[in-house]
Amino acid sequence: MSLMRRFSTVLLPIVGALALSACGINSVPTAQEEAKAKWADVQAQYQRRSNLVGNLVATVKAAGKQEQDTLVKVTEARAKATSVQVNAEDLSDPAKVAQFQAAQAQLSQGLGRLLASVEAYPDLKTNENYLNLQSQLEGTENRIAVAIRDYNGAVQAYNTRIRTFPDAIGAKIIHGAKPMTPFQATTPGAEEAPKVDFGN
Amino acid sequence: MPIATLAPTGRRPAPFGLTPSKAHIFPSGKDRPGGRWRSIAPILLLILALLALAPSAWAQSFPTFDDKGVVDAANLLDPAQEQALSAKLIAQKQASGRSLVVATIPDLQGYDISDYGYRLGRDWKIGDKDSNGALLIIAPAERKIRIEVGYGLEGVLTDAVTSQIIRNAISPRFKAGDMVGGINAGVDEITTLLALPPDQAKARVAAAEAATRKQDDGGGGIIAFWIILFIVFFVALPLLSRAKGGKRYRSGGGSGPIIIWGPGAGSDWGGSSGWGSGGGGSSWGGGDSGGGFSGGGSFGGGGASGDW
Repeated sequence: MSLMRRFSTVLLPIVGALALSACGINSVPTAQEEAKAKWADVQAQYQRRSNLVGNLVATVKAAGKQEQDTLVKVTEARAKATSVQVNAEDLSDPAKVAQFQAAQAQLSQGLGRLLASVEAYPDLKTNENYLNLQSQLEGTENRIAVAIRDYNGAVQAYNTRIRTFPDAIGAKIIHGAKPMTPFQATTPGAEEAPKVDFGN
Repeated sequence: MPIATLAPTGRRPAPFGLTPSKAHIFPSGKDRPGGRWRSIAPILLLILALLALAPSAWAQSFPTFDDKGVVDAANLLDPAQEQALSAKLIAQKQASGRSLVVATIPDLQGYDISDYGYRLGRDWKIGDKDSNGALLIIAPAERKIRIEVGYGLEGVLTDAVTSQIIRNAISPRFKAGDMVGGINAGVDEITTLLALPPDQAKARVAAAEAATRKQDDGGGGIIAFWIILFIVFFVALPLLSRAKGGKRYRSGGGSGPIIIWGPGAGSDWGGSSGWGSGGGGSSWGGGDSGGGFSGGGSFGGGGASGDW
């Protein structure tokens, strides 16, 4: 009897400590905010790309290049991609994330085609303004890749947290947490830029 | 399972001072003090090990960074050149407060250099907390060049500017076989940019900072939290209860039973001070090593790549 009591004297604080620290009251929202911040990064980098595409189109046009068809397509894809935004609350909705991905993938495709068609114009290829744009686009694609990887890492951490003991308790009971959607490549490497070899 | 030792079986002394009556369990009574701690030690070690392992290191392998500014893993420079470059980079760091590091990498391990570059920058933590660091990376085997720019310098070393430096200053010299000249030319160009008046750069940097970065704290807080919990439950509470109704625990005549490393029991444990340094020290120490190039900077893919 007294042995039992002593047991509980020892075990209760330990169990209490575990329960307090580990049932996810704080850690779940922290992980969620982390993932949301990373998502903001992803969107910011896509926005940056969208702006650069505008400059690229203007540069190609200013150089008087007859690429009407490609230019129109890129401009349309850009407008569409800009119109699809996913705010942080919708990140647990796979359909919305997929829609965003699809729109951006389409812009990637159009952009790839435009850059490829420019290859036919040596004067444009050596144009310093164009070269700078190119490097900016390249840099932005890198940033997008990094931002997506960071976002997926944060989402994975969050999803793991809300589905594993003991955080799952707090996640279910207190926060009603739903898993977030990682940014998946619909086709292999689709989140990567079409790797155009700039051949410098 | 160390938990199993909670059950007082046979001649094993009970842990946590759970000694209802000394007479039954400890016939001899003289192996008690050491034995109790010996049986707790595995539990503590397990807990400590788990805590220490928690922020686990998943890593691809990078050359080690020794804070000289140059890591010539691919051996492109002879010792004198390396020393001169190192001196130049340290002078640059002291003048501008921003970190520029040169790395030659023998093998990109199949990664794209931009992919490898930001991971390398994050691994080395080049730059201070404002991420004002940059790397010039040369991969001779793949014939690739990259200027990797930390978050805080993205407004100064823009993609366009770094791309120009690679195209105009580095790549032509590399093509002509002048590796050292190319590296030095690149370093000089970047140094000029980093020396720009910081006030205008700073505003842009701050804006970029706020927008892009919000991360990387993790470990320390959690460890501190656990330590506080341990103190509360194993030092403060036992002390309180001892002050109030300590008799309850001491009925068996044992000394300072429930406390694990409270003052009363401290003497038992004095010899093995290892726990203190082993537990917190190692995982905290990594935070900021040296005041030099590596100060917790982070990278997000800024900069430009090129080849020759």
